[in-house]
Amino acid sequence: MKKDEVPQDDANVLEGKLKTLKYATNEDGSYVQVQTVGWEPENLALSQAWEDIHERLEIIAQDIAAGKSSPILYFMEKCLMEPPMLAKHMGIGTWRVKRHFKAKGFAKLSQKRLEKYAYVFEVPVEHLTQFDPTRTS
Amino acid sequence: MTNKFNHRQSAHCENGVVSNLLYHEGIDLSEPMIFGIGSGLFFSYIPFVKLNGNPGTSFRIYPGYIYKRATNRLGIKTKMRTFRNAEKAMDALDANLEKGIPTGVQTSVYYLPYLPSQYRFHFNAHNIVIYGKDGEEYLVSDPVMDDVTRIKRSDLMRARYAKGVLAPSGKMYYPINVAKDFDLKPAIIRGIQHTAKDMLTIPVPMFGIKGIYKLAKDVRKWPEKVGERKAGLHLGNLVRMQEEIGTGGGGFRFIYAAFLKEAAVIMDMPELNEIADGFTKVGDRWREFAIMASKIFKQRTNVQGDYQLAADIIVDCADQEKVLFTKLRNLKFPA
Repeated sequence: MKKDEVPQDDANVLEGKLKTLKYATNEDGSYVQVQTVGWEPENLALSQAWEDIHERLEIIAQDIAAGKSSPILYFMEKCLMEPPMLAKHMGIGTWRVKRHFKAKGFAKLSQKRLEKYAYVFEVPVEHLTQFDPTRTS
Repeated sequence: MTNKFNHRQSAHCENGVVSNLLYHEGIDLSEPMIFGIGSGLFFSYIPFVKLNGNPGTSFRIYPGYIYKRATNRLGIKTKMRTFRNAEKAMDALDANLEKGIPTGVQTSVYYLPYLPSQYRFHFNAHNIVIYGKDGEEYLVSDPVMDDVTRIKRSDLMRARYAKGVLAPSGKMYYPINVAKDFDLKPAIIRGIQHTAKDMLTIPVPMFGIKGIYKLAKDVRKWPEKVGERKAGLHLGNLVRMQEEIGTGGGGFRFIYAAFLKEAAVIMDMPELNEIADGFTKVGDRWREFAIMASKIFKQRTNVQGDYQLAADIIVDCADQEKVLFTKLRNLKFPA
């Protein structure tokens, strides 16, 4: 990649917080560092990954409304976690966490455990007990 | 304690932390030099280990190894500690800062608020330097950032004690004995030989050049095997591993070429220049793959032929790299 051909495709994925560093060549083939705000294939790959997450969240929200799934599943996905990671944070087995994904298992949760989940998800407990997918934060 | 620290931005966090910590000790080695000496370049494709549903693919060696190998080969003694609990980890860090020692810590990207939100996935092996403290805030030199920044104690604690794959367990590290009269040449030789050997000879079809061929073979089958949607996500994940923050472009191939260029001068071996140009070329080819892949997942249509074309590019990369690494492996270094 030549230094004057380093793409600068800004999709605001870096939110102005930084520019990333790429290595590119001078005319003689020697290398220099060049800052960039982004490249379209990268930006598309990232937005695709986020779209996938948002689609999954919508489906889970519908399942919660239908009384099938629980907010635990929703927030796990929202926090980009997978069951083994969530189980580690909770200090319980993966199979128990999975049980809490269902509305029935969720209903049986103690206050203490709910608070622990809320801490892990970095939300107030009410976001779990009074679930509302339209909340922004 | 607001200690002084020279922040230099790098493409990849681990290279940057090593390069900057050594710079603080008076040793000026560039990011590519650290990457080369630490044998950072690698390839692994482990389809049965899924990360967020995608086959585990990496263009680099396992986190932590660049630091280990680079310091080891330069004869630099370092101290590395992990902790049973987060409070102890923070106390030890505080004690270090009190003594004015800039300290490398392993963190989870997810809990670093100064990073762009879209990049904050649960990647647990992000390395940063903490070089001071100002009240409840820690002073951060994160190598991928343009400049130094700050983080709240509570956030840093979470970041250092994140759970899951590659959990940091409060890991912190810093050089303790830096000899200034080290010899760079043997370190460069060991770095090159190790990388070439790993890329060519591991007898498992998931690693090195064999891994790249295996990846190409699987890419051809993805749309059929997992469906268009998932195949698109798999391709997207590949592009991210190859290009996103940290690789310097072209799946670390450009950084590696930059290393070989520097090495050519230090070793007085012009033949390294030629091989470096080969890596520049192959890095560009990897970027052509990324363009091809992004066309596929942008359209979200299954043009079966496109997956074949994308796989063909990967095969071409593997072919070229096989030649380049063989050349590196057969180099006769001056005694």
